[in-house]
Amino acid sequence: MRRFLRSGPDPARERLKRDLFQFNKTVEHGFPHQPSALGFSPSLRILAIGTRSGAIKLYGAPGVEFMGLHQENNAVVQIHFLPGQCQLVTLLDDNSLHLWSLKVKGGVSELQEDESFTLRGPPGAAPSATQVTVALPHSSRELLYLGTESGSVFAVQLPAFRVLEDRAISSDAVLQRLPEEARHRRVFEMVEALQEHPRDPSKVLIGYSRGLLVIWDLQGGRVLAHFLSSQQLENVCWQRDGRLIVSCHSDGSYCQWPVSGDTPHPEPLTSSVPYGPFPCKAITKIFWLTTKKGLPFTIFQGGMPRASYGDRHCVSVAHDGQQTAFDFTSRIIDFAVLAEADPAAAFDDPYALVVLAEEELVVIDLRTAGWPLVPPPYLSSLHCSAITCSHHVSNIPLKLWERIVAAGGRQHTRVSPMEWPIDGGTSFAPPPPQRDLLLTGHEDGSVRFWDASGVCLQLLYKLSTVRVFLTDSDPSENLSAQGEEEWPPLRKVGSFDPYSDDPRLGIQKIFLCKYSGYLAVAGTAGQVLVLELNDEEAEHAVEQVEADLLQDQEGYRWKGHERLSARPGPVRFEPGFQPFVLVQCQPPAVVTSLALHSEWRLVAFGTSHGFGLFDHQQRRQVFVKCTLHPSDQLALEGPLSRVKSLKKSLRQSFRRMRRSRVPSQKQRPGGLPGEGPKAAQAGLRDMELAPVQRKIEARTAEDSFTGFVRTLYFADTYLRDSSRHCPSLWAGTNGGTVYGFSLRVPPAEHRMDEPVRAEQAKEIQLMHRAPVVGIVVLDGHSVPLPEPLEVAHDLSKSPDMQGSHQLLVVSEEQFKVFTLPKVSAKLKLKLTALEGSRVRRVSVAHFGSCRAEDYGEHHLAVLTNLGDIQVVSLPLLKPQVRYSCIRQEDVSGIASCVFTKYGQGFYLISPSEFERFSLSTKWLVEPRCLVALAEPKNHRHPHNGGRPEKASHRARNSGSQSDGEEVLKEIQSTLEGGQGSCGDWHSRRMAMGYGLSNGEAE
Amino acid sequence: MNRSFHKSQTLRFYDCGAVEVKSKFGAEFRRFSLDRHKPGKFEDFYKLVLHTHHISSAEVTIGYADVHGDLLPINNDDNFSKAVSSASPLLRVFIQKREEADHYGFGAGTLRKKKALVAPRDEGPRRRAQLRIGLPRDFRPVSSIIDVDVLPETHRRVRLYRHGCEKPLGFYIRDGASVRVTPQGLEKAPGIFISRMVPGGLAESTGLLAVNDEVLEVNGIEVAGKTLDQVTDMMIANSHNLIITVKPANQRNNVVRAGRAPGGPGPSSDSAASAPGRPPPRVLQNFHPDEAESDDEADIVLEGALEPRAPRAQPAPPGPSRPNGAGLAPRLQRELALGGPGRGSSGSIHRLLSALRPDPRHSLVLPPGGVEEHGPAVTL
Repeated sequence: MRRFLRSGPDPARERLKRDLFQFNKTVEHGFPHQPSALGFSPSLRILAIGTRSGAIKLYGAPGVEFMGLHQENNAVVQIHFLPGQCQLVTLLDDNSLHLWSLKVKGGVSELQEDESFTLRGPPGAAPSATQVTVALPHSSRELLYLGTESGSVFAVQLPAFRVLEDRAISSDAVLQRLPEEARHRRVFEMVEALQEHPRDPSKVLIGYSRGLLVIWDLQGGRVLAHFLSSQQLENVCWQRDGRLIVSCHSDGSYCQWPVSGDTPHPEPLTSSVPYGPFPCKAITKIFWLTTKKGLPFTIFQGGMPRASYGDRHCVSVAHDGQQTAFDFTSRIIDFAVLAEADPAAAFDDPYALVVLAEEELVVIDLRTAGWPLVPPPYLSSLHCSAITCSHHVSNIPLKLWERIVAAGGRQHTRVSPMEWPIDGGTSFAPPPPQRDLLLTGHEDGSVRFWDASGVCLQLLYKLSTVRVFLTDSDPSENLSAQGEEEWPPLRKVGSFDPYSDDPRLGIQKIFLCKYSGYLAVAGTAGQVLVLELNDEEAEHAVEQVEADLLQDQEGYRWKGHERLSARPGPVRFEPGFQPFVLVQCQPPAVVTSLALHSEWRLVAFGTSHGFGLFDHQQRRQVFVKCTLHPSDQLALEGPLSRVKSLKKSLRQSFRRMRRSRVPSQKQRPGGLPGEGPKAAQAGLRDMELAPVQRKIEARTAEDSFTGFVRTLYFADTYLRDSSRHCPSLWAGTNGGTVYGFSLRVPPAEHRMDEPVRAEQAKEIQLMHRAPVVGIVVLDGHSVPLPEPLEVAHDLSKSPDMQGSHQLLVVSEEQFKVFTLPKVSAKLKLKLTALEGSRVRRVSVAHFGSCRAEDYGEHHLAVLTNLGDIQVVSLPLLKPQVRYSCIRQEDVSGIASCVFTKYGQGFYLISPSEFERFSLSTKWLVEPRCLVALAEPKNHRHPHNGGRPEKASHRARNSGSQSDGEEVLKEIQSTLEGGQGSCGDWHSRRMAMGYGLSNGEAE
Repeated sequence: MNRSFHKSQTLRFYDCGAVEVKSKFGAEFRRFSLDRHKPGKFEDFYKLVLHTHHISSAEVTIGYADVHGDLLPINNDDNFSKAVSSASPLLRVFIQKREEADHYGFGAGTLRKKKALVAPRDEGPRRRAQLRIGLPRDFRPVSSIIDVDVLPETHRRVRLYRHGCEKPLGFYIRDGASVRVTPQGLEKAPGIFISRMVPGGLAESTGLLAVNDEVLEVNGIEVAGKTLDQVTDMMIANSHNLIITVKPANQRNNVVRAGRAPGGPGPSSDSAASAPGRPPPRVLQNFHPDEAESDDEADIVLEGALEPRAPRAQPAPPGPSRPNGAGLAPRLQRELALGGPGRGSSGSIHRLLSALRPDPRHSLVLPPGGVEEHGPAVTL
C-alpha cells in the first residue's frame, strides 16, 4: 500500500518546493585565472580584465561586477573601452574583434556581446596583412583604427564593424608621403603603436616596429611629422598637450620627441636608459604624465638590467627625483594609470597605478608619499598560497566581527588612506542579510578570514600558524634584507607566494566557534592548534601535548613525514587569534576531521589512525581511540607507500594517452559528415583503445584506510537511555563504522577540578561499509541540534529534549536515520545503489521561503561525485531537488565545495576563484548594479584634477549621511529584525550612504 | 530491522554436549534434545520427529534454520549431522507435509522473506539418472535467472546471491562500444561490458555471466548514459543482492521462451509476480523496492553501555504480509518474532559483552560462520 501512496508528486509540496529552492550561480569571487588583458575606462571608472579562456570581467565600485564569456574560448589579447560610451571592444588571439555593451534592463546593467568581426584582407593577401596588433577607438565614437602586422592601418566603422576602405592608411601611402631621406631604410614592419592626438582628433600617431613614428593627418591624408629612432619601437605616449612624444624601445631606453610645426625631422630631445649602462631589457610600455606642480610622472614597464634583474617583473615610477621599481611576484600582464579623465584638463595629475600581474591585481597610490598600496575590495588573490581547505561560518555576531576586523586592521599598517579609486557604477544589491566569514586554510600554514557576506570577497584578517613551529627559514630574515640603498630601487609588492617552506605546515581542517572566539586549526603533520581571540599582543608558551593514536600497538612503522617540531619557550603573538595548545598526533598523519565544542571546552580530532578528544580547559587529553584495522598496512605506513601507486597510475595514464593519441591524429583528415556522431565515434574509439576496467567486489573489513576518521560530531543527546541526555561525541570512519562516546563534562564550578570522562556507548557498523561523511542528531521535532552556545546566545530555540532523538548517518552511498538511544534503523535513502552517484559533501542548511517571512525548513544540502547538488529532506529523507553544478571531471572543484548554513555554497573554479552558488530563494548574494554614462556636467569638475572633486563628493556624501542618520538607524533596525546585531556595520552604512547621495545628485 | 537471533543463548548451552531441538509442525511445538557429537542417523531422527509430533501417515519434509536464517533441508545423514553440529545453540526444525512443502523451496532468505524465491529447476542439465541428486529446492541458490517472461529473449537477468559466503563476486567491467539497431540502421553506442572473470569467483561459478556480455541494467536501473565509475559504484552498492541484466555475448544459450522446460517454475513463478497488474517490462518482477529494503543487510549495532539493562530487542515491524499465509515462511517469521524477545537473560548479554569488550577494536570481528555480511542485526 505504502508503495502506491508514495508515488505521484503532491502539488502542494511542489509549490512549496518552488518557494524554497532555486539554483543560481551568482558571482565569482577572487582573482581571474590566467588573466591576459587589462582595460580601463577613465570616464566610466570601470576596470576590465580578460582571461586566456575568453572570459571578460568588469569591475567598478565595490559590488559593481559584470562577467561575459566569448563563445570562442580564445584568449583575450586587448580590451579597449570606447571613449564616452558604455561599450568596449575586445581582441582575441584568433584575431577576432568583439563589441560588448552594458545595457540597462529593468534598472540593472547587463553585459552583452553585440557584434563580432574578423578583419579580412583582399583575396590572396598574406594572413599577416590583417593580423591586428593594435587598436585605437577614435574619439569620434564611430571609428576604430586597427594596426596590423603588415604595417597597414585599417579603419572600421562602429558599431557595425564596417570596413571603410578609403580611410585605411596603407604603409605604401605613408612611404610615398615621407621625405626622401626617411625612405631608405625598411622602416615599416608592423604597427606597434597607434595614438590619437590628445587635443586634435584629426591627427594620429602611428609607430612602426622598426622605429619610425609618423603623425598622420586623417583629413588631409598626409604625413605631418615623422621621427626616426635607431632602436626597435615598443610603445609610445603622447603628452597631454600634444607637444611631446615619448617612445620606449627594446633596448631599455626611452626617447622624448618634441612636436612642433617648424622642424619636420627632429632628433630626440633626450634619450635615456633608466637602468643602464649595462644591457637592459625592453621597456614595453611607458606613460609620461604631467602634473600641476610641474614635474611629470614617468611610469614604465620593464627596462631592467638584463643580466642581474632580467627575471624581475617590474613597473617603475619616477617622479620628482624619486624612483621606485615595483617588483611583482608574477609576470605583468598590463598596467594602467588612473589620471584626470577629462580630456580638456590641462594636466594628467595621476593618482593611482593599477597593475595587473598574472596572479594578482595591485593598485598603488601615487598621491601619498612613499606610494603605498591600496587594498582592493575585490579581485583578492585567494591563492597567495595554495588553498588546502575552507570553512564557512554564517551569521557572525557583531562583536566577534569587529574584533576580527580590528585585528586585521592592525596587520595592514602601510596601506594607503585612499578610497578605492575604481568606483564606477552604482550597486543596488541589497545589503547582505548577515555577516558571513569564509576561512581558507593554505599550504603555507596560514588561515585567511574573508568577508563573504556580499558580492565582494574581502580579506579581513590573516592568521599564520608558522610561528608555533621551528622551520628552516626564519621569518626575521626577510626583514633584514631590505632597507639598503640599492640600484635599481626595487620594492617587492604583492602577496602571491606559492612556495611553501614546509608542506607539513599545510592547514587541513578549520573549526571556528563564532560565539566564543575559539578556533581550532589542524594540519598535514597531525598538528592541532587551539586558538583564542585576543585583542592585545601577547607572549606566551604554547602548551604541547602528544596524542598517541596507535596506543602501543606493536610492530607498526610510520614511513611518512616526521611531526613538526614546536618552538620552545614563549612566543610573541600579534593581536588576533593566538594559539595556546598544540596537540600533535602520533603518527603525524594528516588530520582528517576536527570538531570543537566551545561550551564544553573540548576539541576532537581524527586522522587515518584514530581519533582523540582533548580538554582544552584543563589542557588534558581525555581519550584516544584507535580505529585501525590490524591488516591495514597502507594506513599504518603513511603517505610514502602511496607514492608507488601514484607512480603506477601516472604511468598507466601516460600509456593510455599515448595509445589514444596516435589514431586520433590519423583520423583527422576524415570526411565531413555530421559533427555529432563523429564526435561520439571519436569518443568510442578512445574507449576501445583504452580499456579501463573496474573490479566489482563488495567492500570488506580488510579494505585499506577503513580506519580513516571522516567525521566528528558533538551532540547533547540521549545516548544511554531515554530519560537522561548527556554530552556525546560521534565519529564516523571510512569503513562505515560509527562510534558514539558518552561524555561526562563537570559542571562549570568544578570544571577545573574534575576530569572529563568518556566511555564508548555505541558502535555501529554499516553493512554497506561506505565511508561515513556526516553525522547529525535530530531533536524531538526532527530539527538538527543547534550549535554549541547558540541557545545560550538566544539565537536559536532550545532543542526539544522531550521527544525521542534521532541519529542521521550519511555515508557516501546512503542516508540513514536511526532511533536513539536504542539504535535501530528507521529510514534510509540509497543514493549509489539507485543513481551511481556518491556523496562528497553534506551539510544541514536552513531554507527560508521567499513567500512567507518566517517559514523555513531544515534540509540536507548534498554534493555528489558527479557534481550534482541535491536537497534531501529532513527527517524523511526524500530527495527534493537536484541541479547539476560542477563538471564531473572537475575533481578539485568538487573537493573544495563548502555549504553555508543558509543554502548557499562556494567551490573553486580555478586555484584562485570561488564560484558562489545559492540553493535558496531567500538568500541570494549577486551583483545588481547600474553603470550609466556620467553626465558630462557632473563629471567635469570645478577645480583642477579629479581627486579634489572626488573628495568634495565624498564630503557631501558624509554630510548627507549624518542628515539621514536617524532614518538609517531606523531602516537598519527593521532590517536586522531583532537579530541582536543592531549597530553600525561599516560596509552596510557605506552602501546606504552611497544610495542616498546618488539620489541627491540626480 | 532487528530480527533477533539470540546469540545470548549461545552461552547458556555452549559447553553442554546436548543440543536443544525445537521442532514445529503446523502450530505445534515440541522440544527435545540430541547429542551434539553423536546425533545418530537421519532415519532415526525422522522417526523420532514423526513420533513426537504424532504424525502417522503423511510424508513430511524436515527443514531447519541455519545461522543465516535460511531454511535448509534435513533429508540425509550428512545434512542432519551438519544441522546438529552447527546448531547454535538451538536447532529449529520445521516440519511440513510434503504436498504443502512443494510450494516453498528451501533456499536463501525464505525465513526472512515474505515471498519465496523461485529456484529455477531447469537450471543445469540432469545428466545421469543413476546419480542421486537432490531436488534443486534442496540447495541454496547462488544465482538465478529471473524475469525470463518479461525480458527480450536476447537479454538475461541474473541474480547473484551472496549468503555470507567467502567467495568474491569476482568480475570486472569495462567501457566499450555496443552496436544497436536503430531506425537509421546500425549505430554504435557506448556500453558497459564484463571484461574479466576471477577464477573461482561467484560470477564465474554461476556460468550465467561471461566476458564481453553487455551490462544493460543493475538492479533494474538502466546503465545507459552512466559512466563506468557510476556503474561500478552502483554494482558495489548493490553487491549484497546484485541483479544484472546482460545481453550475453554468446546468444546460443538463450532461453527460448515458447519452449520453457516442462515442469518448470509454473505457478510458483507467477505467484512471485504478485505485483498488481502487469508491470512494464523494465521493472524487475521478482524484486520490488520494498523487498530490497527488507532484504537489505542490517547494520551491526553494539551498544556498549555498561550498566545492567534489559535487552530491548524489538520484534520486527510487521511488513506487508502476503495474504496467502498458508506457507511456512510467514508463519515461521511470526513464530520467531514472538519467540524472540524476552527470552534472553540479561546476565548472558553481559557475559557476551564482556567477552567482546577487552579489545573493542576486534569487537566486530565475528566468529567464523557467525553473523556476518548477510546476517541479521545483532542487537544485544
